[in-house]
Amino acid sequence: MTLTTDPVALDAWYAVATASEVTHRPDRTRLLGQDIAIDRCRDTGAIRVRPVLHGGEYGDPLPVIERYACVFTTFGNPDTPIVEIEEAGEPDRRVVPCGWFTIRSSGPRIVENFLDMAHFPYVHTDILGSEPNTDVGPYRAEIRADVDEVWATGCHFWQPRGAATERDGSGMMMHIDYRVPSPFIVMLYRVAPSAPDRRDAIALFIQPMGEELCRAQPVEFLVDEISTHTELLHFEQVIFLQDRLILENQVPRRLPLDGQAEIPTRADTASVAYRRWLAAKGLGYGTILPHGQGERA
Amino acid sequence: MTVLPELYEFPLDDECYKVRLALSLMGVASRSRPVDMVPGREHEKPAFLRINPLGTLPVWVDGPVILREAATIVLACARGLKAGNWLPADPAAFGAVMDWLVFSVRDLHAAHQARDCALLGQEEPSPALRAQVRRAFNVMEDHMVLRHIGGHEWFADATPTIADILLFPAFALCRDYGVDHDGFPALRRWMRAMRTLPGFITMPGIPDVT
Ligand SMILES: [Fe+2]
Repeated sequence: MTLTTDPVALDAWYAVATASEVTHRPDRTRLLGQDIAIDRCRDTGAIRVRPVLHGGEYGDPLPVIERYACVFTTFGNPDTPIVEIEEAGEPDRRVVPCGWFTIRSSGPRIVENFLDMAHFPYVHTDILGSEPNTDVGPYRAEIRADVDEVWATGCHFWQPRGAATERDGSGMMMHIDYRVPSPFIVMLYRVAPSAPDRRDAIALFIQPMGEELCRAQPVEFLVDEISTHTELLHFEQVIFLQDRLILENQVPRRLPLDGQAEIPTRADTASVAYRRWLAAKGLGYGTILPHGQGERA
Repeated sequence: MTVLPELYEFPLDDECYKVRLALSLMGVASRSRPVDMVPGREHEKPAFLRINPLGTLPVWVDGPVILREAATIVLACARGLKAGNWLPADPAAFGAVMDWLVFSVRDLHAAHQARDCALLGQEEPSPALRAQVRRAFNVMEDHMVLRHIGGHEWFADATPTIADILLFPAFALCRDYGVDHDGFPALRRWMRAMRTLPGFITMPGIPDVT
């Protein structure tokens, strides 16, 4: 495989590793079709991300930024910085990188799944939803032109066990805001169940290896004085693997951006806004653009 | 006060699921000790290696007894049951159970490898590995077709045994690594029967409808 030529995909920041896991021994992975190696320089200790060229030698180092427990890099010239997550800097926040998992799907499909509340009772039964509480109430989805992000606000959903702290399963109405700050990063904010005056933040960082094969890592920024680290991990990982099964069954794996391409009931308001936003950007990587737009080489 | 046996486990691991499923179906009480296998690699750290120097999961700790292979944990638990037929005494049925037990460890190891690669790897599982899994499933499918013709719905006996439990995760979770259930109608029928057993529990990656 070779590096994509899609300019929108190239000009974005991607998390490609967990910073604490990077060693002197180069780890191989792939981003946008290009093999890359990630290691820590023996002299300076700095993390390096380098493309692996055809002969196996390394190309010039790519830009590297360590943030949110992850290593971010880019092939292009992003005109927006890495997403600003204010909560991450609070001293009592627990920052939990939940591990990288591989998914045979496209990045945009993974984002869309994250934005979808309707599947909670059926896919995350007795955790994020349960019958008969299946209604997705009204909420507001918008493309915020000033910051170039997609937001869905005022979402609420009945969750039997919406967070690791909610052990008794009595359930609560969870208030959620969704945010897409970059085509391959999706987040949610929810009222922290054990500290109702504050919000938890959960980000999903997607590393598109190819158009239809990704790795992704959920990173949580939580206010939680109760759960053990392992409990937080396993709670999130179970949810993630439930989504993975659904995602791998979706056909086509790339996300159609033509409004007519899929039955409208599946594409709810947030998903419609996300698809419109991607179509306006002309992202062709991991998507199927409307006819005549962004003909690909 | 009785001290419960402890199961060191990772919820997303198929080998650990074999044990969890067996304990639940057989009604054996235990205490779960969750291990941060991914991403923390806790199973490779000194504290865990003191319990199991092999650095593998699951591990069963029952007083002085430490077992570290899903099949032997399930076997030992079934042997300790006061009632139930999960491990038949009849030599023919017992032999069949043990034969499938070895099959689950040896021939279905490819399924574990394929799932590990699909979940955590940099590439999709190789076609050769997936073909190896399909060959093992074909052996199971052919066996269950014949069992069905003979009027039986379970692998080794007239009632479910630990053979059924130990074979179940590899097939139930095969969507995780891109092998579809469609080509195995007898195994799908068996999978539906497994779901109806009292105490059956599922895990992420197993489709609700087969
Ligand atoms: Fe989900």
